[in-house]
Amino acid sequence: MNAIKLLLLVPFIGFLAFLPYANKIEPYILGMPFLLFWVAFWMVMASVILLIVYKFDPDNKGSDPE
Amino acid sequence: MNISLLIISIFLVLALYLGIKARKGKDMNMEQFAVGGRGFGTFFIFLLIAGEIYTTFTFLGGSGWAYSKGAAAYYVPAYIFLAYVLSYWLVPKIWRYSKRHSIISQPEYFASKFKSRSMGMIVAVLGSLALVPYIVIQLKGLGIIVSEASYGAISPVAASVIGAVVVTTYVMISGIHGSAWTAILKDFMILVVVIFLGIYIPFHYFGGIQSMFETVQAAKPEMLVLADQGLSQSWFVSTVLLNALGFYLLPQTFMVVLSSNGERTLRKNAIALPLYTLLLLFVFFIGFTAIMEIPGLQGADGDLSLLRLAIQTFDPWVIGVIGAAGLLTALVPASVMLMAASVGLTNSFFNVLVPAATEKQQLIVSRFIIIGISIIALIVTVTGGEALAILNIMSYSLITQLAPSLFCSLPKNNMINKYGAMSGILAGVGIVLYATIANVKVATFLPDIPPVINDISTGVIALFINMIVTFVVSALTKHNTMQEKEMNDMNKIS
Repeated sequence: MNAIKLLLLVPFIGFLAFLPYANKIEPYILGMPFLLFWVAFWMVMASVILLIVYKFDPDNKGSDPE
Repeated sequence: MNISLLIISIFLVLALYLGIKARKGKDMNMEQFAVGGRGFGTFFIFLLIAGEIYTTFTFLGGSGWAYSKGAAAYYVPAYIFLAYVLSYWLVPKIWRYSKRHSIISQPEYFASKFKSRSMGMIVAVLGSLALVPYIVIQLKGLGIIVSEASYGAISPVAASVIGAVVVTTYVMISGIHGSAWTAILKDFMILVVVIFLGIYIPFHYFGGIQSMFETVQAAKPEMLVLADQGLSQSWFVSTVLLNALGFYLLPQTFMVVLSSNGERTLRKNAIALPLYTLLLLFVFFIGFTAIMEIPGLQGADGDLSLLRLAIQTFDPWVIGVIGAAGLLTALVPASVMLMAASVGLTNSFFNVLVPAATEKQQLIVSRFIIIGISIIALIVTVTGGEALAILNIMSYSLITQLAPSLFCSLPKNNMINKYGAMSGILAGVGIVLYATIANVKVATFLPDIPPVINDISTGVIALFINMIVTFVVSALTKHNTMQEKEMNDMNKIS
């Protein structure tokens, strides 16, 4: 388990821990009520975070063990 | 025959053709049949994993929930993208172990990890128990879609039966290759249809997405946020976590993981998959538009909101294309589910009863089991009548009971033993079944409990008790395990 993988916890904590503050309709962002935007925002963030983890994860260095 | 039914029929035949043709050039053995010889690269794995989420549930239930329950529907994309995040860490481990031990099904994985055939049997039965409602959802959804989209030219029951026959046929012939090939057609169709509908419909009726939401806000503001009770925040958080945990424990997703050609393929997929869940936003836009445009659908009929609204908006040929996309969202997931259940049962029961069985015999048995499960699912489809989402939630609550055993089995030194694992699973499953069938919640026993606790998903409570039982029984039977170790060494499964 390398440290970079700890970043994987960020979407769980970020998305769910702040849910009480995100559970509102206004402001609208990108045409969506705030709560829906919050969900969409974290979908995108999840991909971004996974990309960062992938780039720095030593497990992906070198050739595949196969 | 009207034009919509004609279009749907063409796609049905096309799916059958692709599904059967997928077999060409493959020497069929169990490994090819179940996990495509562990040869699928990034593209197919993406389609198959994405295929597991764009099911009829997403198509009908996603818009249906937005229509009847509002923001609670957001739980679907929320748990899915979190499951992908978890998968980056989790599934390469599963793949690596399975590859080394030539494992092709989930029950086999557990049997090998816990060196116990009984464990394999329990997992196979539990997996099938969770899969049947899932297959029923697909067949039921297929019936609704085809019947609505053909303007009633075909009854839901007839459509479900035809769909079941087609999917059973190509799965029996091509195994997972059939699912992979039809998945290409399906994902193309669903992308086009969902994005088109999700943008066109709000613009057509309200001139834009924000103005559509503002209209909903003016009339029913409670639809756009989570409620204080019932489908509340604590329900949302607990359900999202439970399902995120359960996603890769579903036997069909587990099997798709095994069909990958490498660990890196799985990790790469994890990056792109969360973006794919954005597609569900469009499904919600349709559901929210339907709240204002076609009010009055009650209960399970909410699942019809997308189709009813589309029928009100478009010409029959467009409805035909939508129906065809809907049909494919039922066939592809159903095909992987049928196979996962049948290979699991073959591995853990038939192979134990007839250890000398040849590959050919195993294939024949798997195919018969596929027919058997199809028939059972069809019977439930025709006779049962529950809303799609409730069945979906029960499947997750059941399958997630495997989580403690799975996670404990990942490190080299497994802290729990088979007795603990099996007792825990049985305890958890017992609670889920009892709570669902008798319709009890925590407040049934403790009437004064605050809603924050009462709204927690039953699966999470069952999981909690499951973990306690697992650890306690493992600790109590430690001595037993030592004695059995020698026996186990002699009769290793893998």
